Amino acid sequence: MTFFLQLTVTGLLTGSLYALIALGIVLIYKATRVFNFAQGEVLIISGLMTTTFMSMFGIALGLICGIIIAFFMGLVVERLTLRPLIGQPILSTIMMTLGLAWVLRGYGTIGWQSTIRHLPEFIPAGQFKLGEVGVSQTHLVAFIVSMLAFILFAIFFKKTKLGLGMRATAENHQYAQSTGINVRGVFAMTWAISCMTAGLAAILLGAIGGGISPTVSMIGLKAFPAVIVGGLESLPGAVIGGLAIGLIEAWAGGLIHPSLIDITPYVILLFVLFIKPYGIFGLIRIERV
Amino acid sequence: MKLFGTYDVRYTQCSAIFRTRVHKVIFALFLVLLLFLPMLTGSQFISLINQIAVTSISTIGLMILVGYAGQISLGQSAFMAVGAYTSGLLVTLAGFPFLLALPCAGLAAGLAGLIFGIPSLRLKGFYLAMATLAASFIIPWLIIWVRPDITGGVYPGLTVPPPDIFGIRCDTETSIYYLFISVTIIMVYFAKNITRTRVGRALVAIRDNDLAAEVLGINIFKYKLIAFFICSVYAGVAGALWGHWQRALNPEHFTLMDSVWYLGMIVIGGLGSIMGAIFGTTFIRVLEHFVTFIAPVLEGLLPEGLAGGYGIYIFVGLGALTFGLSMVLFLIFEPRGINHAWRVFLASWRLHPFSD
Repeated sequence: MTFFLQLTVTGLLTGSLYALIALGIVLIYKATRVFNFAQGEVLIISGLMTTTFMSMFGIALGLICGIIIAFFMGLVVERLTLRPLIGQPILSTIMMTLGLAWVLRGYGTIGWQSTIRHLPEFIPAGQFKLGEVGVSQTHLVAFIVSMLAFILFAIFFKKTKLGLGMRATAENHQYAQSTGINVRGVFAMTWAISCMTAGLAAILLGAIGGGISPTVSMIGLKAFPAVIVGGLESLPGAVIGGLAIGLIEAWAGGLIHPSLIDITPYVILLFVLFIKPYGIFGLIRIERV
Repeated sequence: MKLFGTYDVRYTQCSAIFRTRVHKVIFALFLVLLLFLPMLTGSQFISLINQIAVTSISTIGLMILVGYAGQISLGQSAFMAVGAYTSGLLVTLAGFPFLLALPCAGLAAGLAGLIFGIPSLRLKGFYLAMATLAASFIIPWLIIWVRPDITGGVYPGLTVPPPDIFGIRCDTETSIYYLFISVTIIMVYFAKNITRTRVGRALVAIRDNDLAAEVLGINIFKYKLIAFFICSVYAGVAGALWGHWQRALNPEHFTLMDSVWYLGMIVIGGLGSIMGAIFGTTFIRVLEHFVTFIAPVLEGLLPEGLAGGYGIYIFVGLGALTFGLSMVLFLIFEPRGINHAWRVFLASWRLHPFSD
């Protein structure tokens, strides 16, 4: 029983990281109808940059610089690659983000090699006991930060002008434009904010102890099932999807066979696609000719 | 684009593969060139051609699914793995002759493709991409973990004999070349014919507007599954050829990244044309080859202290960077791909004094 509880806690804490990455993907999809396959690579590049900044400017300043650089990376990526594709078919945007993933990966490999970079320890490591179950402090901080980010986003979309503009843009680009919303600005800000989320996730990933290297884009790939399970358009869906994927993955890996960790998210993904194709909270699109 | 003075009077003329006698002559000359190519060039070049041929088979299949039927698949290399392992196991364990194992590999991969194509009934775009993404993780996992005693798992993998055709062992690059080129020509011929028959027209209708196609009386689900089946059969044949060429199989040879490369090849080549798949494959493979030459040069330019052990990262990173950049640049500046640029070039050449 302790083992099961331990798995549950670990699963939830890992899942919160998936949820944070999934949040970034959902954010972009909601506003621009682009599924960002490069989210994992954005995460890695901003993580690697943060490690460099930290070694140059120290921990606190390095963290801030890392987040800011992720923000600007989003702006640049949107302007150079996705802006020219507005109005193109879905396949073009999919291929564009896949191509972008390769560019970022190549850049990461040339710039930082394939060695794993660890962030300096800024969250005290070690774990405390919750009854019988051990909880790692870094994981707990990652969990809390993810949930805080989600709550901030929820408020942002409900209350702020920019957030409302993003929701309007998601509904219909033309209508949004005719009500005076700067659609281009919304696109740019969406990418910037989403990349900032990825930067945050990268820092948490580095803090958890796995370290960051150009080859750990697997974590980005695991966020895709989380997005689909929750539903592409839904922020709460991303969080619930991420937690669910982390949880089931930990159970399957711990109780059945460790190798299952690699494929459980995708089995769940296929299962959800067969039963409820548009996810738990996703919108069912009605099409008219 | 037709030559001056040639008019299509009947539908069969319009949809013919070779419209004029000139086309036939050019094609015959091309075949003769292919026949004598190994005598004119070195084995390294032939090896590159083999690589292009086997990849082309896979991308042509993907072209039918993506370029004609408008569905998205991120599982092409997983279906190649199914073909490679089917053929490899049939030859080594069951003692099948290679020529019998090859179609079996195609069929096995086709069935796998059907299974992962079923969600296409209800799914489109990203959701379908996700379903096939799952294939590219689940299939290699099954190969590694279900019967590692048979497949060899990740280590030591599966050792496969070279193709044996009526007693001739194809174990040199040149003999492999003739095998690959003949299979490729057959597969291109099939693909060309699929696209200009009822099936091909139905697929194009589904791509352009699936609801309208359904109203026209096309059974969408059936034709989507047919597209998935054809696509995976091509992947299976390509995988089997590749396996018997490399003679060692490992599930790690068939990753999601390769599937992305195949998709990139057909986008760069130009969606909606069989020739585009071949153009794109050639472009990317030649670019990849070019990187193997340019990377050591770049490494030599580095300052002395950095050079040690850094070369491999330049090589790997540059490969990824050139592929990604070419995909991004083509999508922005030539979304219709190399095939379109080639058509424009042909047209301007033919209309020479009067082209703009």
